Amino acid sequence: MTAKKREKMIFEYSRAGRQGYSLPKLDVPEEALSSLVPEAMIRQEKANLPEVTEVDVVRHFTVLSQLNHSVDTGFYPLGSCTMKYNPKVNEDIARLAGFAGIHPYQPEETVQGALQLLYEMEQYLAAIGGMDRVTFQPAAGAHGEFTGIMLIRAYHEAKGEKRTKFIVPDSAHGTNPATAAMCGYESVEVKSDGRGGVDIEDLKRVLDEDVAGLMLTNPNTLGLFDEQIHEIAELIHGVGGLLYYDGANANAILGISRPGDMGFDVVHFNLHKTFGTPHGGGGPGSGPVGVKKELVPYLPVPLVDFDGERYFFNYNLPESIGKVHSFYGNFSVVTKAYAYIRALGAEGLRQVSELAVLNANYVMEHLKEDYDLPYDRICMHEFVLSGRRQKKENGVRTLDMAKRLLDFGIHPPTVYFPLIVEEALMIEPTETESKETLDWFISVMKQIAKEAQENPDILKEAPHNTPVRRLDEASAARQPDLRWMPMRADQVE
Amino acid sequence: MKYIPHTKEDIELMLADLGMDNFEDLWKEIPEAVRFRGSLELPEPMSEYELFGHLSSMAGRNLSAASTVSFMGAGAYDHFVPSVVDHILLRGEFYTAYTPYQPEVSQGTLQVIYEYQSMITELTGMDAANASMYDGATALAEAALMAVDVTRKKKVLVAETINPRHLDVVVAYLLGRAELEIVKVPAKDGKVDISGLQELLDDDTAAVMIQQPNFFGQLEDSREIGELLKDKKALYVVSADPISLGVLEAPGNYGADIVLGEGQPMGNPLSFGGPYLGFFAVKDKYVRRMPGRVVGATKDIEGKRGFVLTLQTREQHIRREKATSNICSNQALNALAAAVYLSAMGKEGLHDAAKQSLQKAHYLYKELVAIGYEPLYTNPFFKEFVIKTKRPAKEIVKTLAKEGILAGVNLDIFNPDWDHYLMIAVTEKRSRDEMDKFVARMGDL
Repeated sequence: MTAKKREKMIFEYSRAGRQGYSLPKLDVPEEALSSLVPEAMIRQEKANLPEVTEVDVVRHFTVLSQLNHSVDTGFYPLGSCTMKYNPKVNEDIARLAGFAGIHPYQPEETVQGALQLLYEMEQYLAAIGGMDRVTFQPAAGAHGEFTGIMLIRAYHEAKGEKRTKFIVPDSAHGTNPATAAMCGYESVEVKSDGRGGVDIEDLKRVLDEDVAGLMLTNPNTLGLFDEQIHEIAELIHGVGGLLYYDGANANAILGISRPGDMGFDVVHFNLHKTFGTPHGGGGPGSGPVGVKKELVPYLPVPLVDFDGERYFFNYNLPESIGKVHSFYGNFSVVTKAYAYIRALGAEGLRQVSELAVLNANYVMEHLKEDYDLPYDRICMHEFVLSGRRQKKENGVRTLDMAKRLLDFGIHPPTVYFPLIVEEALMIEPTETESKETLDWFISVMKQIAKEAQENPDILKEAPHNTPVRRLDEASAARQPDLRWMPMRADQVE
Repeated sequence: MKYIPHTKEDIELMLADLGMDNFEDLWKEIPEAVRFRGSLELPEPMSEYELFGHLSSMAGRNLSAASTVSFMGAGAYDHFVPSVVDHILLRGEFYTAYTPYQPEVSQGTLQVIYEYQSMITELTGMDAANASMYDGATALAEAALMAVDVTRKKKVLVAETINPRHLDVVVAYLLGRAELEIVKVPAKDGKVDISGLQELLDDDTAAVMIQQPNFFGQLEDSREIGELLKDKKALYVVSADPISLGVLEAPGNYGADIVLGEGQPMGNPLSFGGPYLGFFAVKDKYVRRMPGRVVGATKDIEGKRGFVLTLQTREQHIRREKATSNICSNQALNALAAAVYLSAMGKEGLHDAAKQSLQKAHYLYKELVAIGYEPLYTNPFFKEFVIKTKRPAKEIVKTLAKEGILAGVNLDIFNPDWDHYLMIAVTEKRSRDEMDKFVARMGDL
């Protein structure tokens, strides 16, 4: 539960002359600034940063941290985000001087440990995904999508083909169509069928030689495994297109099913979802992309190779799409995910998926009487409920129920997504939550369903005890206030 | 080590609840043809103790800046990071939270980002900043796409003196947009050739993108370029070193429309190149065209100030294929590091770090020139410069690395013709003694 307190701006602690830093002495002869920098380039007025002490900084940011809900403080069943526990030892590992303190351009012989880590991690992810090679440059899932689609583009272009369309299911994450557009493709939507999978007939309708490929999440955003994946793959491959696997939901399939075996040609993994690295409040993530052999020539440079004695960067990929990151991606995040995989091993990873799926099915089973369940099938690591009954019968929206969960110290599920489910509530418990936590969550959700019938106002007025309640998002967008300014009276308490 | 709470009894109870006998029943909907029946080829699991030992030994085979004297830069710098930064980053409430989708329980992250945005605008002299992007290179690429979108023009002029790796990323980001053209602005003596720029600038130009200080450390005539672009449709995009803004003019004061850069020097460790953050700031009129997540202040139903993600109609989860970018997350924890860093250093500290980097870099430059090294360029610079070496620079770097000195970046990494160029960066951390020893060794090579 977050504390019911608020915190002023760091700028409001500032007093001229206060200091919270110390630097070594300037031990070289000081020359006049104007003799080193042209007058026109010298800053006339120092940046108006806060002038505060170290203790001000510590208290301010500590108090701010206490206004957050987090995995470390409570249950976080936010669908599609895989908010599992983030092991502490991995934080210590990433902070070892030999990892945190190395410069990306150091001679290869001084970073053999780091290169070995990338090399081995590539093999682990290739094994898990059924792929041949992996690049770590993408810094996030959406960045992985961009990279993967550009690889597919390069593949077609190398064959002299100018394809124009990319197929995206109507249940897809918003990043999928946005990525297709960013890569210069027309995004073509394909409908879902009655079981929540890709509608094969609709897919056939949009298939032609202009199709570069299909982006798919499997299990999909409904938390359902698309059983027709082989047929889908055959259809796409049949017109010369490729299949892109959005790895957002890979927590369900570790050691159970491999995208490579399903027919996918390109895969991105979200290390921050599946492999236990922290989400950081919205990043840094890491979105490595794995590919089948045919796409290896186009991977971003460099790859990490091993000649039997030493690890080295391989820039020798003449057909590469180039680079998608300044350096080699979010290395420190990769370090944590590497540690995670080494801690669990093959059997541990399989158990992750088994228990993630068991937990989701268990919660689904116990809530399907209280809420509508649009697709009543065995789910994978997450499932989607609909609040349409509560909306229709009690005038309570999914948003109200989500806000009510805050009163119990539970982070609400993902709401209003996927778009194809009315008043959607997407619930992903993850494997690191105990039966006791799930039972408690089920009882709270049941109570909320009951409140919707008996006392809807308690939901409509929720949350009741958070530091702020129901912020005015419309006026925030209408009149954007995006920075603190000292002279603005309305910003002062 | 497993992070799973289920007892055997729990599992039996839960399966029984579902009418299932075993885990296999959970996978009934996965066709046998795509079921993986083997065991993943992964090493045996380790206990926490073994794991830490194993990773420590891998880390031990890397030479860390912590145990060396480093003069390496080229886009990642060894600036001082106060201890307070990492202590705040280690608050689980920050690093184990996700995107602030529920503002009532995310005011910590939201206010941090709002403060970060405020500090970035102060630093750059701009009106608004986003919540951060993946890194400096991707921020530059996003700026190119934004400029094309805003101006509806097709030509992007990029200074030849920009970080070559950043340019690679811009090229990759524009690969899918065949109608767009990237044109390199020629350089003269290590900085943008203004007359060359003038010749290239036409009505179809969407953006002029420069780096200040540029890749070689040299200061561009950024005010003159700003003058040149004053009445033009083309957006003026400046990629800036944030630390340099402690002494160098804020780009907002010389006409920049978009200011971005690699934010790593603001409180983020080197970490072999990532995670870093790209900061991104614009003038008011472009706020609604800016890519990336943005936090705004607003009021709650009781009239209390609070913060929310805002202007989301630009973003992929609402606009889907019509979004300004496919970017979804930001580098929130790195932005937190930057915010804590800028708070701890403050107005005077940032200026001091910038001043010391500048002064110490000039000291080292003069000492190296005094023993016969020739600088590649001789324009004013900030904290980084290139010298010509008699032996291949790569050899010098390798040799001195064995002695605990990271002499700089051998530029053959970027261009095989630059094999006798050594790029040297100096931060406030370097002492005169360290530099004198380095110069003495360089005298022998």
